[in-house]
Amino acid sequence: MKDSSQVVALIPRLRRYARALVGERAAADDLVQDTLERALNKFHLWKRGTDLRAWLFTVMHNVHVNQVRSRREFLTLDAESLELPVRAAHEASLEARDVERALLRLPVEQREVLLLVVLEDLSYEEAAAALGIPIGTVMSRLSRGREKLRALMEGLPASGRLHVIK
Amino acid sequence: MSEIPFTEAELQEYVDGRLPERRRDELEAYLAAHPDEAARLAAYRSQAERLREVFAPVLDEPVPQRLALSFVPRASRKARVAMALGWIAVGMAVGWPLHSYIASRTAQVAETPIARRAAIAHVTYSPEVRHPVEVTADQESHLVAWLSKRLGAKVRAPNLETAGYSLVGGRLLPGETGPVAQFMYQCKQGTRVTLYMRTEQSEHEEKAFRYSDQGKVRVYYWIDRTFGYAVSSADINKDLLFKVANTAYAQLNP
Repeated sequence: MKDSSQVVALIPRLRRYARALVGERAAADDLVQDTLERALNKFHLWKRGTDLRAWLFTVMHNVHVNQVRSRREFLTLDAESLELPVRAAHEASLEARDVERALLRLPVEQREVLLLVVLEDLSYEEAAAALGIPIGTVMSRLSRGREKLRALMEGLPASGRLHVIK
Repeated sequence: MSEIPFTEAELQEYVDGRLPERRRDELEAYLAAHPDEAARLAAYRSQAERLREVFAPVLDEPVPQRLALSFVPRASRKARVAMALGWIAVGMAVGWPLHSYIASRTAQVAETPIARRAAIAHVTYSPEVRHPVEVTADQESHLVAWLSKRLGAKVRAPNLETAGYSLVGGRLLPGETGPVAQFMYQCKQGTRVTLYMRTEQSEHEEKAFRYSDQGKVRVYYWIDRTFGYAVSSADINKDLLFKVANTAYAQLNP
């Protein structure tokens, strides 16, 4: 089956995106595996001639939403609400190699958009379609995600309103 | 209020190198006079480069075999299913009708509404951190009495400690034909399993234990004359869920 070899050829891309999205290697590969299994079951829904990769990202997005997200979301929210100025003092500056860690502290919606656009080079329209959101939402999440990541990387409180406690 | 003659979306397009040329020139002229804004956009660009750099090596890693195999059409997967079943057979030295499980696994399609309903209830409540249940396990006798009264039949929460799951509590849910009960269990690592329980309209003879995939939720279910039961989880694999469901089954259908 020619199409299936196309899918297999895209596995490294899916793994890269999943790794960036989820962080941990085993969990990322689980997500890829679930995505592939679901894609196989739903393969008839893929419209031939459309971008297979964008479609696979849609499948992965849905799998991820159903799977971990509902649980993890609470953790993200709680982490947010516990965001105290103290943190900035502890982590004055994240090393550049800690970009992964900073990335995982973004809300998952912002992380997804940022990764689809930056890492996977999807057009804004494709990213909007893959995530099932309006393009305006893509743009605002992209903007907020970038700003928050910058703040995290520079060791500033994300809101910019809190003062660093020395 | 802002006097920036560019929208935030345009600034993002610029960062991604997607702003049309003429507009880009105008923006660059503007940035030359606005170092703060220029620094912000430059930071976004280097952030993007950093991300691409950090994750690029993943592309060169060999693809794990389990992934390469997950997109193989069904026919060639039979062997894998058979292997998995063999493993279960070895792992579960329990005297209970495995053949019905195999039969249902091969047929697989005949989804009964209870599996679907249970899965929906599971995804609704199992992610809850603050309010997973209405009545907590420390009031178990009250919980059980209350649910029994509402369902109009004797309900009980099986003890799943041997399978590693403790009762969190339970709640009452609306079913198609009347109230339905849901018990929630949690393991030490925080994975959750729910037991969905409803009265059946007509008497069923069959006790067969069946499996159904409901999206991300795995469900084992069975009907015992007047009661339908379903054990669901999205957190644990089929084998582990089988063990939990089997523990419940053994207690509810002695």
